[in-house]
Amino acid sequence: MPASREASAAGAEKIRLRRHSGKVWTKPFVAAILAIVVLGIVSLFTGVYDIRGQEDGWEMFFITRVPRTAALMLTGAAMSMSGLVMQLITQNRMVEPTTTGTIEWAGLGLICVYLVVPAPTLVMRMTGAIAFSFVGTMIFFFFLRKVRLRSSLIVPIIGMMLGAVVSAVSTFVSLVFRMSQSVETWFVGSFAPVQVGRYEYLWLIVAVSICIFVYADRLTLAGLGEDVATSLGVNYNRIIIVGTAIISFAVGLVVSVIGNVPFLGLIVPNVVSMYRGDDLRGNLPWVCLVGMGTITLSDIISRTIIMPFEVPVSLILGTAGAVVFIIILLRQRKRT
Amino acid sequence: MRDIRQCDSVVSDRAIRSSKAFRSKGEQRRYWVLLTVLVALGVLASYGLLVFRNPVPVDSPSFVPVVRRRMVALVAMLLAAVCQSLSTVAFQTSTNNRIITPSLLGFEALYTTIHTATMFFFGSTAFIRFSEGIGSFLLQIAVMVVMCLVLYGWLLGGKYGNLQLMLLVGVIIGTGLRSVSSFMRKLLAPSEFDILQARLFGSVTHAAAEYFPIAIPLVVVAAVLLLSYSNQLNVLSLGKSASTSLGVDPQFGTIYTLILVSVLMSVSTALVGPLTFYGFLVATMTYLVVPSYDHRYVFPMSLAIGFLVITGSYFFMYHVFRAQGVVSVIIEMFGGVTFLVVLLRKGSV
Repeated sequence: MPASREASAAGAEKIRLRRHSGKVWTKPFVAAILAIVVLGIVSLFTGVYDIRGQEDGWEMFFITRVPRTAALMLTGAAMSMSGLVMQLITQNRMVEPTTTGTIEWAGLGLICVYLVVPAPTLVMRMTGAIAFSFVGTMIFFFFLRKVRLRSSLIVPIIGMMLGAVVSAVSTFVSLVFRMSQSVETWFVGSFAPVQVGRYEYLWLIVAVSICIFVYADRLTLAGLGEDVATSLGVNYNRIIIVGTAIISFAVGLVVSVIGNVPFLGLIVPNVVSMYRGDDLRGNLPWVCLVGMGTITLSDIISRTIIMPFEVPVSLILGTAGAVVFIIILLRQRKRT
Repeated sequence: MRDIRQCDSVVSDRAIRSSKAFRSKGEQRRYWVLLTVLVALGVLASYGLLVFRNPVPVDSPSFVPVVRRRMVALVAMLLAAVCQSLSTVAFQTSTNNRIITPSLLGFEALYTTIHTATMFFFGSTAFIRFSEGIGSFLLQIAVMVVMCLVLYGWLLGGKYGNLQLMLLVGVIIGTGLRSVSSFMRKLLAPSEFDILQARLFGSVTHAAAEYFPIAIPLVVVAAVLLLSYSNQLNVLSLGKSASTSLGVDPQFGTIYTLILVSVLMSVSTALVGPLTFYGFLVATMTYLVVPSYDHRYVFPMSLAIGFLVITGSYFFMYHVFRAQGVVSVIIEMFGGVTFLVVLLRKGSV
């Protein structure tokens, strides 16, 4: 009798623990939000133009600084959450828009829009990027479902080769139509041109984030595989398509407004689950926050490192991200 | 259906071995016929490249110099074909995976970064001097081979040695380098960008005759070593435990093969520029037409196909479509599309 009571007490303890970790508004989370707010304020006041000294300082503040900081936060959230969703759907830790070719597909979409329409509006460019990244991501997922994998590490290798194929096609098209340096300019992600009137579509990311939060549980189920998901009463194919659509929407938006933002979707979810385990619902707000923080910090670095000039944020994320990615890989190697 | 691997052929004596690489006499005959036809076509295409539409008549004194200039391009094609075909087949065998290519190890990214950095820091005059100098050719080969050796030593040796991890790290380093070089390219003046870009696409016209005294011995030595390692490669393709029990140390064999692969790839990249999917295209076509796993038959066929693909496409692009300069881009496109098709039809990787 006492033994069973002990067991049930342990069970209750476990349940309480789980409830506890399921709670969002914990002390560290509030602290993280505060840290993001501080970073945001720092970002608002980083720059060459003297806001308090000049007459039109505050006007400039609202024309460039506020949009830039907002764009940073939105992009950070979008890219890190799309990474998380992709990792869920594919059950593979190494998958994100950079390692599946999604970004290259979006770039190809941009080029195709420029070919069809001489001076496309932002909406047209976005539509092209979103449509192509949807197709490309579906091709990759189709491939993943069809083949048996001998090692999970092969998935990002294939994805990056796929990206290379797509960018070979992009190179060919842009070479034939003589626009290779402009293509190059789009692919370098930078927040420097962000100002009022050029970034507003990024606010759609808020809608994307809400979708992801609503869909989180179903995406987790879909991640368990087609059989399990179906037996738990979930329409697997629909979830996959909706998930892919969400990712492509977010990635297409970011690529057409900002450019390539590499590795964010890979590093943020992996770092978060290193410290917090693999609870998706609990991790989602964290992934959002850490993504925002990482990209804001990278952007502040990119603005201050060679002041009064700035380097594109994709340079910082691409190099530092590569190093962090390799560190994550090596840590995993030690564990297995 | 071709899964019947010839385990016994490796251990039994030579006479039986050679007759057993194919399932029937007919297959063997078809192989030799095809090989002869492909080599003949390759020779025909290269003869065409040398003399077809020569602007000066045969008896003119400038006939020979024209042919000599074309000869340089042809030798570069031959070298590129040897390097890319052999190294891709060997790489795919030693990694036991037929949908990846050795260019994953970051040769292309290193090449791009070296050239972009030269243009970025020293300007176009220095860039042109650099890209024609023999020192820079040696430097590029050295940098690429050293990077591969560091990767192998770091991630393949020891207790945790893992081939896929090594590849992935190579790919990621490549991505990091690419974001550096693409940032530098963005800052270049359009005229500098044009000069640089012409260099960044693979093309046999990059090759200069001064490179050959270095390139040819390197390629010949590495190719002969690789070809003479065919039997061991056959064993390695059987898997770790089988090759250990047949007396081939899989770790040593893999690293030995990969070192040769890295030498071949470095020479090819430094000579004609980055070619990502050409080797893949050649290797895939080779597997399609050779009904055997025996590398002593796969290697020669891959050489013949590789040479025919590159000479044939240059001949057609120069003389039929009149589209010079984009040949490598077109080969890359075909290779890339082949990759997609193979990927989507594959059962496991």
